[in-house]
Amino acid sequence: MSTATTPAPPAGTRPMVEVRAVHKSFGALEVLRGIDLQVRTGEVAVVLGPSGSGKSTLLRTINHLEKVDSGRISVDGALVGYRRSGDKLYELREREILKQRTHIGFVFQNFNLFPHLTVLDNITEAPLAALRRPRKDVLATARALLDRVGLADKADAYPRQLSGGQQQRVAIARALALEPKLLLFDEPTSALDPELVGEVLAVIKDLARQGTTMIVVTHEIGFAREVADTVVFMDGGRIVEQGPPGQVLDHPRHERTKSFLSKVL
Amino acid sequence: MPVNDAVLSDPSASPDHRPLDPPGAPPAADALKVVPVRRTGQWTAAAVVLLLAMDVNSLVRNDAFQWGVVGEYFTTTAVLRGLGLTLWLTVLVTALGFVLGTLLAVLRMSSNKVLRSVSWGYIWLFRSMPVLVQLLFWFNIGALYPQLGIGIPFGPELLTVKTVNLLGPVTIAIIGLTLHEAAYAAEVVRGGLLSVEKGQLEAAQALGLGAWRRLRRIVLPQAMRAIVPPAGNMLIGTLKGTSIVSVIAVQDLLYSVQLVYHRTYQVIPLLLVATIWYVVVTSVLGVGQHYVERHYARGTAGAR
Repeated sequence: MSTATTPAPPAGTRPMVEVRAVHKSFGALEVLRGIDLQVRTGEVAVVLGPSGSGKSTLLRTINHLEKVDSGRISVDGALVGYRRSGDKLYELREREILKQRTHIGFVFQNFNLFPHLTVLDNITEAPLAALRRPRKDVLATARALLDRVGLADKADAYPRQLSGGQQQRVAIARALALEPKLLLFDEPTSALDPELVGEVLAVIKDLARQGTTMIVVTHEIGFAREVADTVVFMDGGRIVEQGPPGQVLDHPRHERTKSFLSKVL
Repeated sequence: MPVNDAVLSDPSASPDHRPLDPPGAPPAADALKVVPVRRTGQWTAAAVVLLLAMDVNSLVRNDAFQWGVVGEYFTTTAVLRGLGLTLWLTVLVTALGFVLGTLLAVLRMSSNKVLRSVSWGYIWLFRSMPVLVQLLFWFNIGALYPQLGIGIPFGPELLTVKTVNLLGPVTIAIIGLTLHEAAYAAEVVRGGLLSVEKGQLEAAQALGLGAWRRLRRIVLPQAMRAIVPPAGNMLIGTLKGTSIVSVIAVQDLLYSVQLVYHRTYQVIPLLLVATIWYVVVTSVLGVGQHYVERHYARGTAGAR
């Protein structure tokens, strides 16, 4: 996994995320049955699949919110949650895992904004705690991020005074405040009223245009077609097929992909 | 909606038939008058209150209560000194109890099995033991350990004191009440921590916030909404509960009035003195609780 021994590959081809043979069970239920996935730097991967196919669990293993049972995951060349010594993986201490997570932004389906903090405090909390930057810089960055998601005037509002779409845009700004190398989105529009979906997708599209590396779990097929570099279709804890959207969405090779798409399109 | 009208009305009726008008009623105005439900319960309650007011009247006018004596002792130095002790003992015990209780609650919910069991055992023990028994136990600890010393384990003692001199009645009151309070506070705090959505903790973890910061900045402030009402209850309970220390001769509010009436035999008016002070302090605490609750409700609908 060391990049020092091999010549650096050209930008855009270096893997940002590498998932190898990942298995994960909850009790008797095996939710991930051997996942292999690569996401290059600057790539947008959209993960589709029916409920219970393991897509959210996969996303949560990438920032170690869920531990894997076997297999390994690395982000930007570093193993997530473990240190390798010989042929063994040693689990990292929480402090080290937390440090790794500051490089990986996560956006939740239910926003999970902190309701007792203002919008601005929500965004500055992590940079102030984790990065130990001067307060003035952090505040300036936070205001710039709010402006970028179109909510510059909501800095002093509390989350519950905002619409769902506005809350999710704040959550995206909060994830961006740590300047992560990778952004993970777990069904970012599933909890929204239909008329609010567009404003959140617009922000994600904007990030994609600027070359942010992202993995997006979603049910929005139109969004996948427009933004994804790679579409990954999961079912029953496995990746059934993956490829460019034109291939997976328009000419799916697998029966299960075809039947899923026929139901959601 | 014409569709609904069609469903509700007789199909043979004319198009302008109003299905909501009873047959034979005069053509009503569009604004129909609304008659609220009769509040018979309210009138019954008022009658009962009137009866109670008559009892209060008898209480106030009955000379046997000796209201003059109440007024005479209400602000004497001895009573005020007792009130002072009751107040600072309440504040200290509640503060220490909640610090220890928060620690116990966090241990109880930690992933460390040993610490979890220790916390469970503590709460089990101190909730099972009557606080009066506990106070008497500490009061007699000198019989079990006549001397306490600091020294090298299994080696010579460097400093030795008599237990009786180290643990005066007030110290015993603080220790006993705090240990008791902490067991209850632990459950109140744990209830509060459980009331915070799991997603909040996950979001904090995903942002790389450390365990202490997660607790202090994210989880506890949200838990406070569920903690404050029962904690207010406990504070008021402790205020009155401190009167139990009168059994080990700590001069709190109750013990102070007891000292007077043992001398003068004016039992009822002096108990009224203590009661009125307890009521006054409880009322002030109630007002305080309202503002604390409002503070922790910030960011939620209906409280800005």
